Amino acid sequence: MKPAPFAYERPGDLSALLARLADAPGRVKLMAGGQSLGPMLNLRLVEPDLVLDITGVPELRRAAIEGDTLVLGACVTHADIEDGRVPDVTKGAMARVASAIAYRPVRNRGTLGGSLVHADPAADWVTSLVALGAEVELASASGRRRLALDAFVTGALDVALAPGEMLVAVRIPGLGPGIAWGYVKHCSKIGEFAHAIGAVRLDPGAGHGRVVIGAVEGAPLLVPEARHLFGGRIGPDFADRFEAAAADALLREAGMTDAVARHVHVTVLARAVAQAATTLFAPTRTVSEAA
Amino acid sequence: MSDATRLSEGVGAPLPRKEDDRLMRGRGQYVGDLRLPGLQDVAFVRSPLAHARIRAIHVPEAFRGQVFTAADLTDVQPIRAVSGLAGFKVSEQPVLARDKVRQVGELLAICLAPTRAEAEDIAAAIVLDLEELPAVHDMLAAREPGSALVHDHWGDNVFLETFVDVNFSAALDAPIKVSRTISTGRQCMAPIEGRGTVVHLDHRMDQLVVHTASQMPHIVRNGISECLGIEQGRLRIVSPDVGGGFGYKAILLAEDVCLAWLALRVGHPVRWLEDRREHLTANANCREHHYRITAYAERDGTLRGIDCEATVDSGAYSAYPFSACLEAAQVASILPGPYDFPAYRCRTWSVATNKCPILPYRGVARTGVCFAMELILDAVAAEAGLEPWTVREKNLVRAEQMPFDNITNKHFDSGDYPQALSRALAAIDVAAVRARQKAGEPDGRCIGLGLSIYCEQAAHGTSVYSGWGIPMVPGHEQAGARLTPDGGLELRIGAHSHGQGLETTLAQVAHEILGVPVARTRVVHGDTAMTPYSTGSWGSRVMVMAGGAVAAACRELADRALRIGAHLLQADPAACRFEAGRVVGPSGDVGLGQIAHTWYRRPQDLSLDVDPGGLEVTAGYKPMRDSGTFSYAAHAVVVAVDPDLGAVEILDYCIVEDGGTLVNPLVVDGQIYGGLAQGIGTALYEEMRFDARGQPLASTFADYLLPGAAEVPEPRIDHMATPSPYTQFGVKGIGEGGAIAPPAALANAINDALRPLGIALLHSPVSQHRIVEAVLSARATAERTRKAA
Repeated sequence: MKPAPFAYERPGDLSALLARLADAPGRVKLMAGGQSLGPMLNLRLVEPDLVLDITGVPELRRAAIEGDTLVLGACVTHADIEDGRVPDVTKGAMARVASAIAYRPVRNRGTLGGSLVHADPAADWVTSLVALGAEVELASASGRRRLALDAFVTGALDVALAPGEMLVAVRIPGLGPGIAWGYVKHCSKIGEFAHAIGAVRLDPGAGHGRVVIGAVEGAPLLVPEARHLFGGRIGPDFADRFEAAAADALLREAGMTDAVARHVHVTVLARAVAQAATTLFAPTRTVSEAA
Repeated sequence: MSDATRLSEGVGAPLPRKEDDRLMRGRGQYVGDLRLPGLQDVAFVRSPLAHARIRAIHVPEAFRGQVFTAADLTDVQPIRAVSGLAGFKVSEQPVLARDKVRQVGELLAICLAPTRAEAEDIAAAIVLDLEELPAVHDMLAAREPGSALVHDHWGDNVFLETFVDVNFSAALDAPIKVSRTISTGRQCMAPIEGRGTVVHLDHRMDQLVVHTASQMPHIVRNGISECLGIEQGRLRIVSPDVGGGFGYKAILLAEDVCLAWLALRVGHPVRWLEDRREHLTANANCREHHYRITAYAERDGTLRGIDCEATVDSGAYSAYPFSACLEAAQVASILPGPYDFPAYRCRTWSVATNKCPILPYRGVARTGVCFAMELILDAVAAEAGLEPWTVREKNLVRAEQMPFDNITNKHFDSGDYPQALSRALAAIDVAAVRARQKAGEPDGRCIGLGLSIYCEQAAHGTSVYSGWGIPMVPGHEQAGARLTPDGGLELRIGAHSHGQGLETTLAQVAHEILGVPVARTRVVHGDTAMTPYSTGSWGSRVMVMAGGAVAAACRELADRALRIGAHLLQADPAACRFEAGRVVGPSGDVGLGQIAHTWYRRPQDLSLDVDPGGLEVTAGYKPMRDSGTFSYAAHAVVVAVDPDLGAVEILDYCIVEDGGTLVNPLVVDGQIYGGLAQGIGTALYEEMRFDARGQPLASTFADYLLPGAAEVPEPRIDHMATPSPYTQFGVKGIGEGGAIAPPAALANAINDALRPLGIALLHSPVSQHRIVEAVLSARATAERTRKAA
């Protein structure tokens, strides 16, 4: 389990990085924390000609609040978020998600941007940040653009990056007053890949709600307007109105044929809803209730 | 030295392990730490298919000279582990596959390069031309006529079939008859350190020096010598620090033979370090058992008899030295476990399939039979409407029966099994558990109580193993003991310590006799050039066997020291005694340090008739009976099961254990903790599954789940310590027991929790998926019943 030969470079600023990304011949892989890419290289699941290490670019470690939006650079680590070294607009929801990602050594090196670009369906950020309504900021030698995260993640290990383009930052809107948040994941054991994730961001005052079912075959299953999972109305009594059968039907439609997997996903989603209801700024349990 | 010091370091003292000082500081010296000039790395080309005919192996011209195939190894004999049991069919395992491959991962070519990465580059460039054959992947189907054949000339796929019938028909009229199909998944041992071998030539000694992570260096020497046809004197096997054995390192691997051959061929040091993918997909399989078992019982739970058909998936080849029938053939004799009943029938099959050979793993066969027996006892209890402990109380062998020969002639040396059970029930507080269960949990989880009792025959010797006729039969165990000129002690044993704490516990045994401080005693092990022959560390035998040998050697040493000391004291030896490291005479005393100084440095002061053997002794030992010690334990566990997610939380775990006299209770507790962790893996997480083409379905720890720190609770342990009447100090082997009982205890607890739903899960691991599947199915059945009514 040793990687095939590859070249390695670590540019010191973003323009040099983007220029290299544009002009490097052959297969190029960007590496941030390397927590997924490292094993994939060793297993020879990827055999790039060039690995471009992006951790030497200061801009990519930036964290700032713009208005009520949190902007985190691609190289901010899970541990940075867990430990509160970056600001927060989510009332601690981000920190709680971060604190249950894999194991601490992985969190020390693994990055927000790396996780989103890798787009493992069982990873925490792809599901939780889609539920939070995050955007990604993409850059290439020819310019920048923004994309909603749910449009960015197009499938399992698949994202909407154009050739020569990279993710530079993530923009996370705040959890304002009156917003209920729940996030529950279920793993076979602590730190392992999730079997099911449920994330809900509900606004019972306005009657809106966003629901995401994660750890599915492809991209997380986003229900941008989830009233039908609550009998047609999202109000202060949303927890009592959650309809497991509607969620099950949703998963069936999405092609999840394994009844056990559907049951586990629906159970986890129901628990995320229940968690959201405990308080409108519910403390997030990021491991399954039973674990 | 005072008596207090002696007692604080001798047999029974809870000393921290000496070896931990280096191991915990990262100063252990493993095969992977060796740096030799000119060392090159090996990567193997392995079969991607489970069963195929080899048409050709194409080696690119650029790599000629760096790649070796079976065509190059014409002078190497295949690995043969033959059992002498009647009807055993012999497999020949070529060290590099010749005409056929019989498992995924089987070795096809050796690739040699300055680094492992470059060796893997070469391996990736080699083109295989294989004709795929139908894979034999299911042991039950493999027994049927018409199955594809793993070894074409056998005519079937059965290594060995055994049958025992002891008055079975007498059970047939019992009022309760319960039949179940019970099975255990295939596992990988997964020590932290995988296998690894470094070989170099020692021209001065004219020896091939094989550094390999092994539990049994002397047996490895036998095996390599036989495969390569070189005399044993030209082979030296060194097993340095070993990062966990568990049975996986009690096997001669084809890789070891390849590396030894390669070093002779190329003349410079060569290395192979197993990676985790090789470990999981190619080498390390264990445990897969299948039972069709029927219990016959009275309504009060008294067993009338057991009938069983047991099949073990032995994989493609018979592994050296334990053979392909290690598990199945033992099943017939150990299935009755700690229970006394009058009628028994058991048929077993060791079946060849296109999987890695089945290898011994901590608990060897016992974990499977304990699972089968303890689950069927719970089924009897459920059928009879009794508590599970009632059925066990009715049938456990009792203290007044000791020593006891059971229905398969296993000789139980000592113990009080019902007391172990009653202490476990008290510790776990069964009344409180039942009350909590009845009250229900606020979070909807289900509480369950599980029991499991086993006995562990350990340190079984010549009389047991000679009957098996495998390549290795343990005889007298030997140990060397030598006083250094300054009064320190060196012990030499042929077995190996890799987690058992022998560097501490054997020093404690020596201390008990010689009074030498544990800190001044060194245990030399793991080197055929420096230690007496031994079959090694397996079968929970070393504390009994090497401990007994060390005691024997130290007694002889004490006797010789006494004679020298008496001379120095100008006293009659008969008037002197050896006590706490000193020879005490009528009018004075002299310490071992001065005695040693006299022997080595001032021989002019010795008497003329001094024993010329001096202060170095090799002594041999066997227990008074070599049929094995019987340690045992009762495990009681309480779980909370989340029926909707399948998650199982262990709320409490109590172990009442009887390991005879404990040389070091801390070390024994450590053995139990480690065994429990592995038992939890067997119970809930670990499973190597295969598809219909014989492809292993896990190649990393992302797919092969091991319990981690969060999944392993700290058990509450209670020791009983009934001495064995047959061994030195009354010690019993305890190394494997911790891994035997947990799968059964946990499965019984989960089933106890889910019994109101009508669920009984009878396959390990009891995974979350299996639990939810059973719950959904039970709910659907209940729904249909409700609608029908």
